[in-house]
Amino acid sequence: MFLEFEKISRSFGGVRALWEVSFVVEAATIHGIIGPNGSGKTTLINVVSGLTGADSGRLLLEGREVHRLPPYRIAALGIARTFQNIRLFSNMTCLENVIAGQHLTAGRALIPRLLRLPSASVEERRCREDALSCLSSVGIENRAGALAKSLSYGERRRLEIARAMALKPRLLLLDEPIAGMRQREIEEMESLFRSLAEAGVTILLIEHNMPFMMRLCSRITVLHFGQTVTTGSPEDVCAHPEVIEAYLGVESC
Amino acid sequence: MTVAFLSQFFAVYGSLVNFIGINALLALSLYVTLSAGQLSLGNAAFAGIGAYTAGILTMRFDVPYPVSVAAGAGLSAIIAFLIGLPVLRIRGIFLAMATLAFGEVVRIAAVNLDITGGAQGLVGIPNKTTTYTIYGVLAATVYFLAVLRGSKIGWSFAAIREDETAAMALGINTAFHKTLAFVLGAFIAGIAGAIYAHLNFIITPGEFGFSAAVQLLIYNVVGGTQSVYGPILGAFILTALPEVLRGVPLAAGPLRLGINGVILLLVILYLPNGLISFFRGLNRVS
Repeated sequence: MFLEFEKISRSFGGVRALWEVSFVVEAATIHGIIGPNGSGKTTLINVVSGLTGADSGRLLLEGREVHRLPPYRIAALGIARTFQNIRLFSNMTCLENVIAGQHLTAGRALIPRLLRLPSASVEERRCREDALSCLSSVGIENRAGALAKSLSYGERRRLEIARAMALKPRLLLLDEPIAGMRQREIEEMESLFRSLAEAGVTILLIEHNMPFMMRLCSRITVLHFGQTVTTGSPEDVCAHPEVIEAYLGVESC
Repeated sequence: MTVAFLSQFFAVYGSLVNFIGINALLALSLYVTLSAGQLSLGNAAFAGIGAYTAGILTMRFDVPYPVSVAAGAGLSAIIAFLIGLPVLRIRGIFLAMATLAFGEVVRIAAVNLDITGGAQGLVGIPNKTTTYTIYGVLAATVYFLAVLRGSKIGWSFAAIREDETAAMALGINTAFHKTLAFVLGAFIAGIAGAIYAHLNFIITPGEFGFSAAVQLLIYNVVGGTQSVYGPILGAFILTALPEVLRGVPLAAGPLRLGINGVILLLVILYLPNGLISFFRGLNRVS
């Protein structure tokens, strides 16, 4: 078991955002989370990335408890994320955004740079190549020098994925990654996510686009009012009466 | 001919050249902290701590000049660390509030202590700072900060300044880096204060008060914080301006603050990235 949620609960005031959520994410798979607005999907991602603490329950990454770690320690375990409301470094260029995302994967040590050691410039060149390849894997390498704030909505989402990939994650948390994208962009992202999973990256994905989720996910967890309704294959989830009642409606997939 | 001109220029403007260098160094001390998105209003006080510490060490204890400068800067950095540790774990403008209060505490302490010479100030500090010292330290600081900017630490500062939550999610220990930016700023302010003390024969508590702290912020805003050279440009222009306007009636005196205010206003309205944005090439690392 790669990632295991064990009765995770979290309340904000009197609102139970998550209530004893339990499910398992298998390694190198694409695992979807669906549910109506306010069902706790983003809170769940926030708990995994450490931005929100859990009130009770345990979160295990390869058997190791991670739910009490601060966000930067969680990232150091190889967990990267994107944000539903896009949090780019808007006054930086695309390339600079990815460079800033290389915090854990690039050295860029101060002392060799102060001494102008050749190794520092060799390393810098290699890191920049890495950063450019992150940009090209999401198809925006031609925008490397453009300021993040000048990008279109779809490009911003893609840049955020590129920045998360700079961390060379083992687990990628994507909060509505294709919201606002055009059909062609969606198809590109679909094949990107597939190839990442084939390369061994586990993806935990929130998305409302059901056909997209049906095609991509090997398993889907459904949340409703902070509780798990079911976890299963896309076909099982679609046929589940409670899921149809709470989220999908009749004849949607 | 040139030599004669230079020596005459220095005889007239030597102290102005020195003050520009010191103010540029002070502006850079705040620039480091701002580069991580944190606003410190305590850098004038840290300069004060550096100045008094170094001054007292050379006067009372015959400590060699470089050692007392290092001690002044070191003490500033240690005090900054102790203030920053609790305050910088929280987000928001708490650093500005805490350092504002801290600056007043330092000023009042300097007025009331015996060892600092009270309100009259510390008098008779040996003159050991030369123009070469000032500009040597300034050059070293500029080099250090320019290199820092492209290092892992510099990128972390920039990421925190842009979006602290995103920075955390990328594995950046934000509390550590914010504290580092603040301590580094206090260290540079401490150096500036210490070399200033040995330039000036006398230092008084009022020089390191609130208006001095705000002045450093104005250097950064007018010059711009996109590049290391912005704060230097701001310090240069605003320090030299009263001298340049000496011939204009009233301008060097009562109108000086008014002219500073107008410049600040124009920059904020029309050049949000400061005057350095006229020099495009200096602005970006990549």
